[in-house]
Amino acid sequence: MSWPALYAQLLGTNRHSTSLGKVWLSVLFIFRVMVLVVAAESVWGDEQSDFTCNTLQPGCENVCYDQFFPVSHIRLWSLQLVFVSTPTLLVSMYVSYRNHCDKRRILQSSGRASVLNSKGQEEELETLKKRRLPIAGALWWTYLCSLVFKMMFEGGFMYALYVVYDGFQMPRLVQCDQWPCPNLVDCFVSRPTEKTVFTVFMATASSICMVLNLAELAYLVAKALNRMQPPTNQMKINSFVYFCLINRGKN
Amino acid sequence: TPLAQPDEPDLESKMNWGTFYAVISGVNRHSTGIGRIWLSVIFIFRILVLVVAAESVWGDEKSGFTCNTQQPGCNSVCYDQFFPISHIRLWALQLILVSTPALLVAMHVAHRRHVDKKALKRSGRGSPKELEHIKNQKFQITGALWWTYMISIIFRLIFEVAFLYVFYLIYPDFKMVRLVKCDSYPCPNTVDCFVSRPTEKTIFTVFMLTVSGVCVLLNLAEVAYLIARACKRCMSRPEDEAKAAWITQRLSSYRQNEINQLIADHSLKSKLTVTKKSPTEQGERCSAF
Repeated sequence: MSWPALYAQLLGTNRHSTSLGKVWLSVLFIFRVMVLVVAAESVWGDEQSDFTCNTLQPGCENVCYDQFFPVSHIRLWSLQLVFVSTPTLLVSMYVSYRNHCDKRRILQSSGRASVLNSKGQEEELETLKKRRLPIAGALWWTYLCSLVFKMMFEGGFMYALYVVYDGFQMPRLVQCDQWPCPNLVDCFVSRPTEKTVFTVFMATASSICMVLNLAELAYLVAKALNRMQPPTNQMKINSFVYFCLINRGKN
Repeated sequence: TPLAQPDEPDLESKMNWGTFYAVISGVNRHSTGIGRIWLSVIFIFRILVLVVAAESVWGDEKSGFTCNTQQPGCNSVCYDQFFPISHIRLWALQLILVSTPALLVAMHVAHRRHVDKKALKRSGRGSPKELEHIKNQKFQITGALWWTYMISIIFRLIFEVAFLYVFYLIYPDFKMVRLVKCDSYPCPNTVDCFVSRPTEKTIFTVFMLTVSGVCVLLNLAEVAYLIARACKRCMSRPEDEAKAAWITQRLSSYRQNEINQLIADHSLKSKLTVTKKSPTEQGERCSAF
């Protein structure tokens, strides 16, 4: 799994995020992807080879492993990270669509006007590529949808992990009596304590990300409500005075 | 070749530590000299050693752990009892958590740049050259940035010491024992279990703990240096400059409704004229009054 490629892709969408979105991205990559790759994959590496049952019956270990571990934690977390990162691409798709429309408009308007400075047109296209769209209107709705999807995927995968493994703790011993096991055999899981520690860590990081998403949602709603109020003359004076004071403070 | 297999996972993890390094070393511009030394120590003596050497020493920690019994499951259970978390994972988590407070500083710097850019655009002087200047501007470690930097160093210290303590709790002796005795179910009786490569593990444990201690000392030195610098700055500033700076700071921290109140009372004008000791250009900018 090429995590650096995903990181590069998501960094590109960072320009149009809020600050909370940027914090969320850092938390995602440092506390979840890095920990997954650097640590968790070595802990779960020998999960099947070291799963031993107290029997010599061939096939019993395979069957019991499959019964108690239908999907490995590592795969669930990788899927969760992939699903949780992709709604951000909705926003970048919308931004490229907007840029494409504006570019077409600029080129069309230059086509109509016969006397036009081509340099001016190039400059306009350059600013189009480098500009940062304010999060308003349709972009606001797209961003909101992406946040809602992120939270749904996050919650969905955590719930799935909790249901499949009956909690976040890894047992040391499981008892299994599937055919072809001759009777109720004890099967021993490898490194259960270390796995429990990492499961709890990843669940905590996941909850932190959900909290960040909720905060970002609240921030967006507050910003939208703020924007709906028309700016009064008083507010215009205030922002001017504030600007003066900042400059005074700088010098 | 038989050596080809172990190289693959090393490359993957190297790639990710590499991305991590790129992210963290971006903060280097706004660090002190001691901060840069600390960063180099972290990357050369801890991350590099962890990836290149320690992971191959601990690679066969479970497969090489053998108990003197043929009872299936006894190996797993005894290994889990004596090694709840592997040293490697503890060190990797420690490095990740210890390096992240540096991002607080990066976030603060980004926020300052954003505010400056917005103010510049509002004043109508948003030429690309000026915006570039803001992007490459190196901020002095004063004021709010000093506090952010201080908090980030304190968090680093807290994480470093916390992990050292956790290490001490789980593995009270720095020495890795050669033999452990275990009698958890399903082991039939008290069996001898043998740890693989105990001496090599002891050497690396002592090395990593020493470098950890060195990093704690570097962080303490940085705290002392920052405090000394701040005190020096406080004392060397002349009296009236300090007063003007203090008044400016107080004015800057007024909230919006207080500004409204002052404007409504027409008393802000008189207060601004009192502080106008600086060159005329400041008066020009606020000439609306």
